[in-house]
Amino acid sequence: MFGSKGDRRKERLDRGIKVRSDGVYAISSWREITYLIAPRLLFILGLALAPLALGAAPYWQRVISIICVYALLAIGFDFLANYVGLVSLGGGFYVGVGAYVSALLNTHYGIPPLLCVPLAMILGAVICTILFLPCLPLRGVYFAIVSLMYPLLAARIIEALDIFGGTDGILGVDGFPNIWLEQYILILSVIVIVFALRRLVEEDVGLVFRGVKDNDQAVKASGINITVYKALGVFIASSLGCLGGAWLTHMYMWAGLSQFALDFSIIPIAATVVGGGGTLVGPVIGCLILVPVSELLRDFGSLRIAVYSIILTAFIVFKSEGIMPYAARKYEQFERWVEI
Amino acid sequence: MGSEPLLSVHNISKKFGGVLALSTVSLDVFRGDIVGIIGPNGSGKTTMVNAITGFIRADSGTVHFDGHNITNWQPHKIAAEGLTRTFQVMRPYFSLPAYKNLIVPLFSPRARKTGGWRGGGKMGSRDTVAVDILEEIGFERDSYVPFKTASSLPTGYLKRLELARCLALRPELIICDEVFSGLSMSEMASMVPLIEKLQMEGITLVMVEHRLRELFRLAGRVVVLNFGCKIAEGTAEEVMQYPEVKEAYFGSEEVYDYV
Repeated sequence: MFGSKGDRRKERLDRGIKVRSDGVYAISSWREITYLIAPRLLFILGLALAPLALGAAPYWQRVISIICVYALLAIGFDFLANYVGLVSLGGGFYVGVGAYVSALLNTHYGIPPLLCVPLAMILGAVICTILFLPCLPLRGVYFAIVSLMYPLLAARIIEALDIFGGTDGILGVDGFPNIWLEQYILILSVIVIVFALRRLVEEDVGLVFRGVKDNDQAVKASGINITVYKALGVFIASSLGCLGGAWLTHMYMWAGLSQFALDFSIIPIAATVVGGGGTLVGPVIGCLILVPVSELLRDFGSLRIAVYSIILTAFIVFKSEGIMPYAARKYEQFERWVEI
Repeated sequence: MGSEPLLSVHNISKKFGGVLALSTVSLDVFRGDIVGIIGPNGSGKTTMVNAITGFIRADSGTVHFDGHNITNWQPHKIAAEGLTRTFQVMRPYFSLPAYKNLIVPLFSPRARKTGGWRGGGKMGSRDTVAVDILEEIGFERDSYVPFKTASSLPTGYLKRLELARCLALRPELIICDEVFSGLSMSEMASMVPLIEKLQMEGITLVMVEHRLRELFRLAGRVVVLNFGCKIAEGTAEEVMQYPEVKEAYFGSEEVYDYV
């Protein structure tokens, strides 16, 4: 970017409107309000209207739902990795636990799907958090290695002990009463969760989470039990995964071992890389790109994974910061070359 | 004096592999005192602080604080009892304003209980309380120092920020791990009255230091460590008379004879 011209450099300055819309003065004029609201509205309306726009193509409507499941996992991954400091590869485990809990609640106790999903979200997250408690003293890569074992282990245990239907899975789970309800439960969850988490990390408790990530010794010395906050972080992230898993169960009307698949652990990471870590919106955008690409590439057969890898590599090499930080910079700042 | 010590360390030992970092060190700190811990590099000062505050487990020995046996408690529980510490290497949130760094301690259970965060925030948000604490410790509000990002502050202010993080918990005792290191002469000159002010407010201080001159102005009693052993204890003048202390700091006299 800086090229051969050694005597010039790129200067970045905040746009006037960005500065003016900072703080309470933003509400003084419609221009500033629009500047603030427009990107958020684009995100909300884009996601909410996508199923309507694709009304003629039911297959792609279904893809939107799958995107949302991955988006939930990716948001959870981003939150855990960039705000709590735990790199979690347990996405497949969260989905599997949510799926099985919801299926069991539905088939054994006859609870309707619309109640099963929130129940499975909370119960599943409690189960995941308790099972992850022994690993919480680990950090970074070490936590990643251990958390990767969970989905593999869970699938093998169910297979070997032949519990919960064994390799056949749990059949005869009720579906959602209405296809639009099915779709919009998930889309609304994604929208609400993105904005709720973005608010959470800016609150005082968010600073404690970030402290656990950046300087856990100072947090301990401040009289705060970091294990509690790590467990809370895992609870939040796993509840998102369980929500996705429970939803998948009722959509497929079946819970099985494939819901512990490693796809649920890996694709969220890729989406976070593409979308930009630490932004919480970025992972959703990453999923919006990666999942449809992956669907389009189905025709290529086994070449699919090669094309997929090339896209990822290109992103890491050329736009390692991710789409969201790049877009935010273009939106908020202008660039110019200055002579040195 | 005369009553029970606030902090009582008894025969504490710690081994790292084959290295005896601390060997049966004892220390009593009474309420309202300033006690100094000095010693050459690698003499076990920071190990001792870590062992007292629970950041490492001591192999043997006991630590009593305010009537409780806090030996090998977890660090956050010890801090919640009112025994706080500063770190030698400061790592604040560099990207945040200085006052935001105090949100974490103000969020702790102890700060809510002791009123470090005034009566649960009835008198303002955590932000305003944080700015008040920083102003008390020498961040000039009029020139907006508490609102500057931590990365733009000089070392002197960062050291104060570490102290402020402890003060937010309304501690009984602060263990200061080298608050004077890396400061300029003028920064040190303003740090001394600050420490005196803390003492007058009833906070007991243990200061681990390399800067002997400033420490001797403040500390009523000094403990000298060398190779993990306590080699001397007493007032500043007394301590410097010990031949072991002179040897530890200036080398043994025999060497001079040979030279």
